[in-house]
Amino acid sequence: MSNKITPEVVRHIGKLARIELDDQQVEMLGRQLGDILRYVDKLQALNTDGVAPMAHAVEIHNVLADDAPGQSLTADEALANAPARDNDFFMVPKVLGDS
Amino acid sequence: MNNLLKLSALELKNAISRGDTTATEALEAYLHEISVQDGALRAYNEVLVDEARDQARRIDDMRKIGESPGLLAGIPIAIKNNLCTTWGRTTCSSKMLANFRAPYTATAVARIRQAGAVVLGKTNMDEFAMGSSTENSAHGASVNPWDLSRVPGGSSGGSASAVAGSLCSAALGSDTGGSIRQPAALCGIVGLKPTYGRVSRYGLVAYGSSLDQIGPMTRDVADCAAVMNVIAGHDPADATSLDRPVPDYLANLDEPIKGLRIGLPREFLSDALDPEIHRAIENAVEVYRSLGAEVKEVSLPHSRIDSGAGGELSSFAVACYYIVATAEASSNLARYDGVHYGHRTERDAADIIDLYSRSRAEGFGDEVKRRIMLGTYVLSSGYYDAYYLKALKVRRLIKNDFDEAFETCDILLCPTTPSPAFKMNEKTADPLEMYLADIYTISVNLAGVPAISIPVGLSSRNLPIGMQLIGGVFREDVVLRAARMFEKASGICRLTPPPLGRDAE
Amino acid sequence: MSEQATEVLAIVGLEIHVELATETKMFCRCRNRFGDPPNTNVCPVCIGMPGVLPVMNSKAVEYSLKVGQALNCELPSYSKWDRKSYYYPDLPKNYQISQYDLPLCKDGYLDVPLPDGSSKRIRVLRAHLEEDAGKNIHDNPAHTGVDLNRAGVPLLEIVSQPDMNTPQEALSFAREMQRLVRWLGVSEANMQMGHMRFEPNINLHITRGGTVYKTPIVEVKNLNSFKALEGAVTHELKRQYAQWLEDPEGFSLDRKGKQNRGWDDQRNITVFQREKEEAHDYRYFPEPDLPAVVVDDAWRESIRASIGELPLARRERFIKQHQLGSKEAEAMIQDADTGNLLDDATAMGAPPRRVVNLMLGRMSAAANEKGCALGQLGVSAAQLSQLAIMLEEGKLNATAGDKIIDHMIANGGSPLEIAGKLNLLAESNTAAVEQWVDQAIAANPDPAQQVRSGDKKAKQAFGFLVGQVMRISGGKAPPSAVKELLESKLSAK
Ligand SMILES: [Zn+2]
Repeated sequence: MSNKITPEVVRHIGKLARIELDDQQVEMLGRQLGDILRYVDKLQALNTDGVAPMAHAVEIHNVLADDAPGQSLTADEALANAPARDNDFFMVPKVLGDS
Repeated sequence: MNNLLKLSALELKNAISRGDTTATEALEAYLHEISVQDGALRAYNEVLVDEARDQARRIDDMRKIGESPGLLAGIPIAIKNNLCTTWGRTTCSSKMLANFRAPYTATAVARIRQAGAVVLGKTNMDEFAMGSSTENSAHGASVNPWDLSRVPGGSSGGSASAVAGSLCSAALGSDTGGSIRQPAALCGIVGLKPTYGRVSRYGLVAYGSSLDQIGPMTRDVADCAAVMNVIAGHDPADATSLDRPVPDYLANLDEPIKGLRIGLPREFLSDALDPEIHRAIENAVEVYRSLGAEVKEVSLPHSRIDSGAGGELSSFAVACYYIVATAEASSNLARYDGVHYGHRTERDAADIIDLYSRSRAEGFGDEVKRRIMLGTYVLSSGYYDAYYLKALKVRRLIKNDFDEAFETCDILLCPTTPSPAFKMNEKTADPLEMYLADIYTISVNLAGVPAISIPVGLSSRNLPIGMQLIGGVFREDVVLRAARMFEKASGICRLTPPPLGRDAE
Repeated sequence: MSEQATEVLAIVGLEIHVELATETKMFCRCRNRFGDPPNTNVCPVCIGMPGVLPVMNSKAVEYSLKVGQALNCELPSYSKWDRKSYYYPDLPKNYQISQYDLPLCKDGYLDVPLPDGSSKRIRVLRAHLEEDAGKNIHDNPAHTGVDLNRAGVPLLEIVSQPDMNTPQEALSFAREMQRLVRWLGVSEANMQMGHMRFEPNINLHITRGGTVYKTPIVEVKNLNSFKALEGAVTHELKRQYAQWLEDPEGFSLDRKGKQNRGWDDQRNITVFQREKEEAHDYRYFPEPDLPAVVVDDAWRESIRASIGELPLARRERFIKQHQLGSKEAEAMIQDADTGNLLDDATAMGAPPRRVVNLMLGRMSAAANEKGCALGQLGVSAAQLSQLAIMLEEGKLNATAGDKIIDHMIANGGSPLEIAGKLNLLAESNTAAVEQWVDQAIAANPDPAQQVRSGDKKAKQAFGFLVGQVMRISGGKAPPSAVKELLESKLSAK
């Protein structure tokens, strides 16, 4: 794969990651990410046919909690770190609808 | 320097329980030392004086009325600033969380407090644990007590610097790719990364969730075992914590392991290795041989380190790690968006996307942005299979290598780092160069096994050299006993840096 | 262009989101409760604070498996959690814990009764568990408020195959799903509280001149009523056909792919939704904080055993066992409690016919008046069966039975006591009954004569006389005895 990531791709990734980037950062990240990706490309040399992907370091299962209510926070505790609040709501610029 | 500061954590605890001193007296000695020395070391982001004094008084009061104040009673412990506490701030050394006050305390921290430890404060780190030098901190870089022009390693560099510089009796760090062991090696102390799931991650701010573990950073192996006795164990609040009994790691610590089978991964002892470190490791092997250990070569083919034409090192494990860890990080760090807590841009945000993008651009440092970008890229549509899925498969191969090695060995022995502490700013310009500082530690996290770093000597420049002992899953007991064997036989234990202010050449 | 025969086939698939009625949320132990003050059922986990971890709710997993079993799904032995990434203020972590490639349930079906009495089998592709988002509140014109009480509530997403061909079929499928989840007790499925939300996928396969044209698939997002579902599908079919007529080649699935549209409740139409270019790159990857769910045979068996009889099977049984008509049987399976009442009352010895008549008669009317289900009237199987037996034995007449039901609903008590208190027990003294019959005949000579003559008004006159006897007796005359006496007294020439 190519050594450098194009500015378009860097900008697209920046949008996905919600990080505002100026032109200089786009240029620098294009270069650095390109270098890193070239480096990690060495994995392609390994044959991994039939190898099961390993997403957890220790593979356990069925860790379940009882459906019994525990302690919640008060609205004030919940909002204590909020940069902006409107009464007992977290406040953000106008958005449409729900997710 | 106050003599109390020279005691190990267990010695201090015993002195307190004998009544030779008090928790308060010990705490004040450390607070004084911090006030004198931390201007130079910059190990702490925040010293939590009031809460520490309250806790020390509580311990002393308990002792007065004859109650047992716990396994770590009165020991002043520093904790890495990615461990949440309801007192003080948990910033992850990031502008993003500069004012974050958690309404919960990390399980590991709650456990050491329960055991009577006195939490001194929050130590400096690479922002969100991303780095190997503690230079990526919004609070400024920490310094290596052995040489103030050099880094303490990272990301738990503040904790390592504090332990080595006698600014705490012991510390907690976290290790995702070497972040406990590498700074432990560079600062000449003991650092253990436990088996994944051995210590609860609840309240540890996540970086690479499938790799992160909390562990002790201490002056000697016995202290390390003592802290493990307290922090290890199942926690229902962490679904990946393992419900298995915890042995008493101190119980047989001093009994040598008869016929200890040591594997030397041939891939880790290549010509590329710093010759001084190579020699130190060979000496350590000789020490073990003299103790009757059975030493043999083993192979971890997928952790192999290659030298390129230009001498640059590369490793499948490092490549695998930087995909897995950054993919998880890109998701773990998505929550920092200026809505529910954390930094929010003061620029006018036209809409919610502006608010997110600007808050994140302002709140995160360069390395964090780089890793989020990389992680986002490898998970994004069209690249997932080639990068992320491939890395998960390679991860399996790396783990299989370890499984195979532990069929015939009790522990694996290798260097912790490719070189002793490097100079400040030496590697900041080249991210890849920095990533290679973890070349010997990274595959351990990928495999999920426990590993300790202990000092094995000093370089010609009087810089500590670390040795890594890796155990099978849940064999912290074996790792600790093997480490203690070396400590005892070699006499290399509790290396003390020269008085502060000295600058090696 | 010459007139060609055009065949239009609507293809509709449905995603149904069901909020599960657990006590606590999916991954934390905050209460799962609607209507509380904002941001009071929240904790560090569901606010997505740094360093906290999800732990899955066993009940939510069990409920999901129950639904899967009831939908005849395979319950795979291994399923896992994944993170789905997108940024929105009501999604505090900016990823949703969901299931991507290995859901809890897959490949099932639901037989859906249609209004014409037939039924249709709709295949179910999968059902997976995930966490709900919070709510964005738009009351303030200047900004949006975020309430996280709903964030983390367990949400089961059921995805059908595109097996429905009319708005009515989509509606029937949705209603049947509502009945099923209520039946299983896994969700209140209350539309007003947002317990059920629908997202239909709609397109047309149009055949003309031997060519099949496929219109772009439209997914209508976030419908929260049956009316909106039916309206959206209906409107989409019309809209797509009209648009296809304008441009049969251009308006095609191949060219335009999938589109999302919203629903405008005021205007009853679907509307175009602007989308961000990166909206669809969800970057799913395995959730490192949560171990997998492994379902073994023993677990599967216990789920199967816990399901009990499902609505359609019960309907068939009622028809066979109690000789119910299909309408009656349908009424008996509106919810599980109704049929349980019938089963329990008959198990206590009550004749099924009497029980059914009581339930679908006065009880049903009372339930309608109260706006509740039959099972919620507070009439127990013991009360119902005693009443049915008294009626069967002629100790009460139907009118008295209805009065007793009203009294039981209002005040409780056993039918026998109530009948005594209200003086409703049938008169068993034949002489007294005969006297009431004689009085009625004497007071109404013309109808009596009509009965005797057997003319065309005889039947109506007979009924009238029975009513008169009941009136005179104050409802205490046993109807069978009255009829017998009237017949014998008026049959003699
Ligand atoms: Zn919660």
